Amino acid sequence: MTAPVVAGRDLRKRFRQGKTGAIDALAGVSLEIVAGGVSALVGPDGAGKTTLIRMIAGLMTVEEGELTVLGLNVAEDPQGVQDRIGYMPQRFGLYEDLSVQENLDLYADLHGVSPAERRRKYPRLMEMTALGPFTGRLAGRLSGGMKQKLGLACALVRSPELLLLDEPTVGVDPLSRRELWDIIGALVRDEGVPVLISTSYLDEAERCAHVVVMHKGAVLAQGRPDAVSAVAAGRTFLVSPPAGEAPRKLQARLLGDAAVTDASPDGGRVRLVRSAGPADAALAGLRLDAVPVRFEDAFMILQQTADAAEAGATAEPAAAMKLERPVGGAKDEVVVEVSGLVKRFGPFVAVDQIDFQVRRGEIFGLLGPNGAGKTTTFRMLCGLLTATSGTLKVAGADLRRSRAQARRKLGYVAQKFSLYGQLTVTENLDFFAAAYGLAGAARRHRIDWAMDEFALRPMAGVVGGQLPGGFKQRLAMAAALLHEPDILFLDEATSGADPVARREFWRRITALADQGVTVIVTTHFMAEAEYCDRIAILDSGRILAQGPPADIRARGVSATCPAPTMDDAFIAVIEQARAASQPGKAA
Amino acid sequence: MTAAAPSRRSRLTAKARRILALIRKEGRQVVRDPSSFAIGVVLPLMLILLFGYAMSLDVKHVPVAVVIDEPSANASEMAASFLLSPYFDAHITSSMAAAEALMQAEQVDGIVRIPADFARRAAQGDASVQILVHGVDGNRARIIEVYAEAAVAQAGARREAEGQGAVATGGQAVVESQLWFNNANDSRYFLVPGLIVLIITLIGAFMTSMVVAREWERGTFEALFVTPVRTDEILVGKIVPYFLLGMGGLLLCMLSAKFLFEVPIRGSIVILTGVSMLYLLVSVATGLLISSSLKSQFLSSQVTLVATFMPALMLSGFIYDLRSVPLAVQIISYIVPARYYVSLLQTLFLAGDVWSVILPNAALLAAAAVLLLALTRRATRKSLG
Repeated sequence: MTAPVVAGRDLRKRFRQGKTGAIDALAGVSLEIVAGGVSALVGPDGAGKTTLIRMIAGLMTVEEGELTVLGLNVAEDPQGVQDRIGYMPQRFGLYEDLSVQENLDLYADLHGVSPAERRRKYPRLMEMTALGPFTGRLAGRLSGGMKQKLGLACALVRSPELLLLDEPTVGVDPLSRRELWDIIGALVRDEGVPVLISTSYLDEAERCAHVVVMHKGAVLAQGRPDAVSAVAAGRTFLVSPPAGEAPRKLQARLLGDAAVTDASPDGGRVRLVRSAGPADAALAGLRLDAVPVRFEDAFMILQQTADAAEAGATAEPAAAMKLERPVGGAKDEVVVEVSGLVKRFGPFVAVDQIDFQVRRGEIFGLLGPNGAGKTTTFRMLCGLLTATSGTLKVAGADLRRSRAQARRKLGYVAQKFSLYGQLTVTENLDFFAAAYGLAGAARRHRIDWAMDEFALRPMAGVVGGQLPGGFKQRLAMAAALLHEPDILFLDEATSGADPVARREFWRRITALADQGVTVIVTTHFMAEAEYCDRIAILDSGRILAQGPPADIRARGVSATCPAPTMDDAFIAVIEQARAASQPGKAA
Repeated sequence: MTAAAPSRRSRLTAKARRILALIRKEGRQVVRDPSSFAIGVVLPLMLILLFGYAMSLDVKHVPVAVVIDEPSANASEMAASFLLSPYFDAHITSSMAAAEALMQAEQVDGIVRIPADFARRAAQGDASVQILVHGVDGNRARIIEVYAEAAVAQAGARREAEGQGAVATGGQAVVESQLWFNNANDSRYFLVPGLIVLIITLIGAFMTSMVVAREWERGTFEALFVTPVRTDEILVGKIVPYFLLGMGGLLLCMLSAKFLFEVPIRGSIVILTGVSMLYLLVSVATGLLISSSLKSQFLSSQVTLVATFMPALMLSGFIYDLRSVPLAVQIISYIVPARYYVSLLQTLFLAGDVWSVILPNAALLAAAAVLLLALTRRATRKSLG
């Protein structure tokens, strides 16, 4: 096994954008992936991960350079490659009006899998994916996690010689994510199939045998994760906040500092990656405890170095955003009050008797697996759905009686990009400002504020649909803040966003909360729960646990896992609850 | 590397298996997707009922005033041919002034004036009748005029058969050639063939373009491409199901033509089916070509509607007689395949196996099918860019 499975040399691909512009999706990528284990492709949005995977799958022409897959030149024989690999695109490629079984059969037929082989293969696929009880269900009716597993099963009906997975874990909860990795692990262990996966979860990349770090169409580093991580050696610390300062505030303060490359809240403390330069005033008086390097630290260093090299030495992080009008009212006043909330859709109970309160200036996180009832709860809070029973008070207004009054005080950023793809950034803002009843000078003033605070000016004339991911998310948030709401709802706003964009996003959120805006978020990134003041874990429409992140994390402590991550804690809470509700059935 | 190249035969079996799998998949989708079902089954049925019962280009029971300037046997006989005609509701008046008043009050759409010297001139063999038609609705006016002329001509023919002199209307008594083959003077005779064109276009082009664009939009093609399936197999897998569905639509139309509307089919059913298959192939290929190039459901459905359905309705000679449209439109109509199909259908339904019409039109349809399929093959590639 010496020949590499994938070997690319100086690959280039350019996409035309608009009339004159063009972007280099791949600007000279050379990589080598050898058999044995999982290789991960990581990088921010627009780094070229999807383009590269599609090129390897023979779906995109190789403009320049040479790409060999399984010993075949892809440019000359794409079909030859496609006959031998398995591929799962970002959107899983399932036929929604076909059942689970029919989808599997279709791909088995297309791959020419014999009946005897099917008899051997199907039970194993069903066992791995736990889709056995659902073979008759239409693929369109499956949850996100189940769709993902079915997509994977379809790519595996014929044992492929190489498996390509393009961001299979986007928008999927930690539970389903862990299940997917168990399947991949078994595949590598039992059948030795080489796997290439693109992901924005760096903890996933860390567990791979090989990583390729990309940035704007170029490869920054590749090799074993620990070898790549070496760049961060000696630069990673845990910092305890001084008495009286919230870890979130310390984190925001440190993130803006020149001596700091990265800072993130971590179990009541702040995880710090120092830049190569000397310590400065911001670090004075803080106790820095050295901690082992994580792959994420190295990733942040590599990305920032590349960004800085591109922008010249002037790459200064933007100052934390400022509201024009601080939110009035007493701090700690309860602004969102939910009690006994129930939502039924026919016989199905989506939300079952939940209670929580959120105080002014708090960041409250609603976490839970897909289908737990998070989005339903959100829609009720925003007055988009009527509750079956229970009380819902937002900003003092009872949502069951005075929706319009409550809505004026809240901003909502939906899961999907819900602005107009054909309107430019300016036109979108203009439209939403008008929709909120802003006119004349006030409207112009608010749009100027949004453009400055969200750094949208460079993209002012670009239509929404063509914005890079990070800008889309910023535009969506800017539009939701135009009318200066007291409360901001963010439904999986960071789904699919890369780590760099997520840092920036949370920097804005914490700044808003500090100025009195109440923020309620849902997220699939459990590490983001660390930014919240309090979180609630939902499953099957019920709240299983509620409290500050540190308390929730403590619930994940077990003999085998003395220092659980937020992911571990989340899974532990869900599994304990599910086991309790189904006595006698092992997890 | 694989050991030995698989035999030609096993390659062909594998190919057939893949195509069958795709066809089976497509069939299930048509049955389960409500929009496919609506376009493929409900809409054709609605069109059949709409065209068959609700819509008619016939002008019947037209109110006309018949002015008899001077009563006579001949004049009464002429008036009777209007009184008895199902196409007219005749009001007999004795003065032109009264008739004009009725026309102005829009109580009648036309005036038939049997002049005072009618009886005398009829005896001489050059009697004439004056026909005035309300011209506000030009199309209707022309139809009324033609009907009136036909009524007069029939009366004349009767007289001639009885050995009495002929009657001429205001100058020329031209009988439209269409009426020759449309004995009952019933617009269903040409609406039903037109209906077949619309339904085949709808299923063939519109539906195909929607389902192919949907695969691009939903990203299912992306997954399908990275399998051993070949481009031509994907195309065949799309053509066959919608071709069969179109044939089902054709059968439905032929059955309703025969039993519901009682339109005669004078030509051979085999030839009718054959040319319909050619046109169906043209439609499916057009739908595939449009959607493969545009890759968006909304865009391709709009473009397909404008490029196939509207021309089939308006430029095929189905509703509007192409001889009476401006020259530029006539020239454009030559690139509309539906035009040739309409000629074929009208001939096969109403005239019979007229080879001088069938051969050139069928050849043109076949050429269009080959050209469009070749273009589609070129436009469809297993590639995202």
